[in-house]
Parts: sequence; structure tokens; C-alpha cells
Amino acid sequence: MTSSTILSVITFVYAAAAFFYILSIVFKKEAAGKIGSIAAITAALGNLTGIILRWIESYRLGMGHAPLSNLYESLVFFAFAIVVIYLVIERKYKRRIIGAFVTPLAFAAMAYASLNPNISDQIRPLIPALKSNWLIAHVITCFIGYAAFAIGFGLSIMYLFKARAGSNPDSVLNQLPRIELIDELTHQVVMFGFLFLSMGIISGSVWAYSAWGRYWGWDPKETWSLITWFIYLILLHCRLMAGWRGTRIALISIVGFLAVLFTYFGVNYLPGLHSYGVGGS
Amino acid sequence: MGKSKSTNDPFEGLWKFFASIKLSVVLLLILAVTSIFGTVIPQNADPAEYLRAFGRFFYNLFHALDLFDMYHSWWFQLLLFLLVVNIVVCSIERLGATWKIVFKQKPAFNPDRFRRLSNRKTFDSDQSVTELQERFAPLIARKYRFHRIENNANGNGICLFAEKGRWGRLGVYTVHLSVILLLLGGIIGSRFGFDGYVNIPEGEATDVISLRNQNRRLKLPFTIRCDDFDVSYYDSGAPKEFRSSLTLLNNGKPVAQKDIIVNDPLRHAGISIYQASLGEMGPKAVTLKFTNRQSQMEYERRAQPGKPIDLPEGGGRFIVEDFRHADQFRSRNIGETFIGTLTPTDGPAQRVRMPVQFPEFDQMRKGQWVISVVDYEKRYYTGLQVARDPGVGVVYTGFIIMIIGCYITFFVPHQRVCIEISRRDNQTQIAVAGTTSQNKVGMENAVQLLVDKLKKLA
Repeated sequence: MTSSTILSVITFVYAAAAFFYILSIVFKKEAAGKIGSIAAITAALGNLTGIILRWIESYRLGMGHAPLSNLYESLVFFAFAIVVIYLVIERKYKRRIIGAFVTPLAFAAMAYASLNPNISDQIRPLIPALKSNWLIAHVITCFIGYAAFAIGFGLSIMYLFKARAGSNPDSVLNQLPRIELIDELTHQVVMFGFLFLSMGIISGSVWAYSAWGRYWGWDPKETWSLITWFIYLILLHCRLMAGWRGTRIALISIVGFLAVLFTYFGVNYLPGLHSYGVGGS
Repeated sequence: MGKSKSTNDPFEGLWKFFASIKLSVVLLLILAVTSIFGTVIPQNADPAEYLRAFGRFFYNLFHALDLFDMYHSWWFQLLLFLLVVNIVVCSIERLGATWKIVFKQKPAFNPDRFRRLSNRKTFDSDQSVTELQERFAPLIARKYRFHRIENNANGNGICLFAEKGRWGRLGVYTVHLSVILLLLGGIIGSRFGFDGYVNIPEGEATDVISLRNQNRRLKLPFTIRCDDFDVSYYDSGAPKEFRSSLTLLNNGKPVAQKDIIVNDPLRHAGISIYQASLGEMGPKAVTLKFTNRQSQMEYERRAQPGKPIDLPEGGGRFIVEDFRHADQFRSRNIGETFIGTLTPTDGPAQRVRMPVQFPEFDQMRKGQWVISVVDYEKRYYTGLQVARDPGVGVVYTGFIIMIIGCYITFFVPHQRVCIEISRRDNQTQIAVAGTTSQNKVGMENAVQLLVDKLKKLA
């Protein structure tokens, strides 16, 4: 079995995880949540297997590079990072319900990677610019950051749901965690994501210096990653220094994640050095 | 900005303005929004292209706003400058109070404050207050840095105070410092460094480069010679590696030598030379096949453009004069073609066309010799980026401090706990509560964890 086949199958496991998590909220069934957790763990393991297998395949094809070099591979890693960070949160805070807002994002990333005909799942050799040890550090840190922000986005959406529902005892949203916990968790993942985004930008910068002699060149992808960084910096300062909580923080977190998405996908339609992020076909 | 009372001291007013967190947020917001322009409008492109894309009116408007090189414009730099002043003033304004907390020898604890905390948890034990105190103390000393025991206000027990992660409060100042270092490094780089490029054909040398985005040339303190250039391709046709063998010369003497590839530059005397691009210069040498029409004898000869060679069986000379990437024959593209002149000793000179893809082409000339191209070596020029950036050390220091600082700020919370052990009737009540500078939920968990551990000891 090839890595692409495994990863295609895993896409459906992600769908199952998302389905059962949502089911457990809608029908208030704890058992469905447990199935969701099992599916999420299975998906994470399968996802990791796919990544490792792909790495081995690239060696068999005589290229031998980490599977982090194009849009397909980054999406696969993105989904993996989302689900792993989520599972850690689930274990730590014992709240399965968050899964209903997060696993759909991991599923979306995998589905986009597997089903979009413009995204090639072929293993291709590295162009000279990508042949650097910084590639691995840069992509991993960036995508752990993006994944944390994705979870922050899921939590923020959850916050807005909960805040609207108020304290109606009949609402299914009543099972959602306390509003303060959602707020605090959002803050935690944003801090985590911010640390990794910073490391991602820095590793990219050091790489750019070793490849082009400029650690910063204001190319659109760089600039958009900085814009994203600014937005989350605003969130952190508003929360810590101005005491903002709740809805306003949730909204900034949503805007921040939209900036992440634009940095990731939108920038490919602008001119710049990061063009190898596109389809790759 | 801020709710400062109207003050007559202009300096104080200015200080208050820059000490405001609102200013930071507003500046970050403006930076985030304006930065978008430069990603939508390509920077430093040809003015003619801008005119075509935007028309006269918007061209003039954008030009006036410096939007074609906005990240180096006066207003963008001003925003960055204001941000630096804001960061410095905010940090100075708040550092004093933080310093007192972090470096206080004997920190004060207020038991009442802990009694009111929502994360306060209690449990009962049969043991006496002093017994419990003795059992708890080693655990607390292990888990927390500072700890101290006081009698409680009611006189029926004690309060055990402990704390850790005080220095975590300094993290944010190191992050602020790192931002200033990054911008300082940037200024050093743009003031005292340069960024240019040069194309050098294989075998040639130069000591002059063109500066990027400036209409200026710069003489280097050494000469760069490109001894060799190689490009290799994958089977798919995608480039695999560009490699330039460079020698740096000082007064004709080699001072450095290295094969550079993308991602692996040559550094010498503070100047770095990067493999940036490549181009073809036409052929370096060509292998020709001469076929005698009568005897069908074949001869292979190697020729360099511009250098005549003797014909195989004597009786004349041949010279390769020109190379065309795409030659035309009867308005059809016949591809890469060499052009030469054959000069027999006993007749007029003849022009010979030798398309690489059509070895039989020269038969049409009906001469004594049919000349075709067997193979040829391409001659390349290497595109080098030559840069000097004395600010990189400062920037990298900033990078390291930023990562460490972010980690400390976010994940080293200053936690304080109070364990109150008090005797009531025949029971001893233990109450645990804690405060934190970060992560209230994390503190709740920490209190619960501590309670679980203490229960086992009680």
C-alpha cells in the first residue's frame, strides 16, 4: 500500500471522528464522543504512518527528502498537527466536545489535499532552493503554529455559539465547557501558536539568509506571515494588558486564522518566492 | 491618549502618550493593514508596468504615497520608529514594578486574598496541624522555590506560602528587547551593508557588481572568478543543482576557493556570495562530423567558435562563426543552429548552416563535405548574489532572545499558592488556593493536583 492510499483512507477516518464528535453533542451521547476519540487517535496514527511511509518512498525513488516540500505534503502535516495538539488538549482538559469544532478542520485539510485535482500527491524531487536542512525546521514550526491557530479558531467559534446560547438549560450547547474555560483555552493555544509562528518566521528568515543573502525581503508570503503575527500580537496585548476577554478575543482569533489561511493559500496568487507552495503539478 | 489628567509638562504628556498600550495596539493594527498594500502591488517593478496596470492617475497617487517601495518609505519607517519608542517607554514604565516583584527578598503574602480565590479547595484530616505541616513541607519545598510558614490570623493554625516562576514576569521585557534588536540589526544592515548581483560567464572574472533597486554599481575589494559552472537536471527536466566553482582573487592571488550551490554560499571578508541564477551564453565548443561525399569517409573534429580548423583531408579551412538558438528555414523553426564558413584552397568561401537537430541538412549544399553537429558544450554564465550585512549578528541575537523570551512569557507563569492548615473542632481543615500571572485554568489544575498529593500525605 502506498502512502497516498493510506492518507486517502485516513481522510475518511477524520470524517468519522468529526461525525461522531458532532453526534455526541447533538444527541448528548457520551459513547459517540468516545468513538470520536478512538477515530481521532486512529487517524493521527494513520496520518503519521502515511508521512513516514512517504518519507521512505521518497528514498526508494532516489530523492530522499522529508515529506514537507509541497502543498499536498504540508496539508497532510497540517492535519496531523491539528489532531495531535487537539488530542493533547482533550487528555489534559477532559473535554471531548471541543473535538466537534476541531476535527472538521483536520478533515477539511485532508480532504482538500486528497480530493482537489489541482493538488498533486506525487513525490517530486526538490528544486535547488528547497535543498536545505532549514526546510524541515521551517515547515514543522510554521505548521504547528498554524495548527494551534486552527484550534484557536475552532474554540472561538465554539465560544460564539456558547455566548449566544446563554444559559438556556435545554440547549445542546449547554454541554459545551464553561465560557471562561473556552476563553482561557483559546488564549493558551494562541500563545502556543504564536511561539511556533515566531519560530517558523525566524527559521524561514535564517534559511532565506543562507539561500539568498537576505533574512527578510518583504515578499508577499513573508509579509503575510508578519501580518498574521501582528494580529495575534494584538490579541495577546488586548487580553493581557487591556483585559479583553470573550467575544472580542474570539473575533480577533477568527480574523487571525483567516490571515493564516491567506498566508497559506491566498499568497500563492500573489507574485513571490514561495511559489513552490502551489499545486506542484 | 489614556486618561491622563491635563498636565502642563509637555514631556510628561508625551511620555504618557507613548506609555499607552492603546498606542501599541493602534500601531500594530496600522502596520498590519498597510503591510497588505505591498503584497498586492508588486514592489520595485518597472514604472512602465505600473503605468500600464494602474493608469496615470493611480500611478501618480501610488507613487506619491511611496507604495511601489512602501516598506522603505518614510511613513512606514516612521510607524516602525513610533513602535520602537512605544515599546521602550512601555517597558520602562512597567519594569520598575515587575523588578520589585521579581527581586524582592521577602515577598509579602496576604492570606485573605487566597481565601477569596475561586480555585480554593478544602479537605479534612484527623492529623494535627503541626503533624501535617511537617508532612507537607518537604513536598512544597520540592515543587516551589520560595516558601514560608506563618501563623494564621485566627490563631488556630498556620499558612504555608510558596511560589515559583517569579522570573517569568521578565520574559515580556526580553521579547521587547528582541524586537528592538531586530530593527537595530535591520538599520545596521541597510546603512553599512549592500545587496547586489553580478553575472559572470564561465572562465571570466569581475570585481564590479550592480546594486539591487539602485541605479548604482559597486567595486568589490576582491575579484570573483567563475572557473566552472554546472547545471544538472532531474529526469523530469526540473533543475537539480546549480554549481559554480568560484575563486576569489586579491591582486591576482587566490584568497578563497569554493564550489557554491543554492543554500551554500561562499563567505569571505564579511561578504557572502550566493548562487542565485544562471543563463546560457551560447556554445563553448562544438564537435562536428565531416563526411566526404565521394568516399563516405567520416571525420570528427572539435571546434571552438571563432577559431578556424583545417579540413580533414587538407585542402581548406573551416570556421564556426555563429550560433542561433532558433534559426528559420523556409519560415520554419529549425532550432539551434551553428553557422560556419568553409574556405577551400581552390575556390570561393561557402556559408554552411548546421542545425543540431537535422544532421543531413548540409547535403543540400551539394559540396565535397557534408558537415553536421554531433554534440556541443553549452557555455553558461552564473548569476551571483553578492551581499554584505553587518547587522545579521544583531538580528540573530534578537531571534534567539525572542524565542526564549516568548517561551518564558507564555509558559513560565508566576504561581503563588497558600496552604492553610487550621484546627476546627476535632478536625483539621486544609485549604489550598493559588494565584498565577498566566493560565488560570492551568492554575486550577495545579491546585487540584496539589490537593491530590497532599491528601495522600494527610
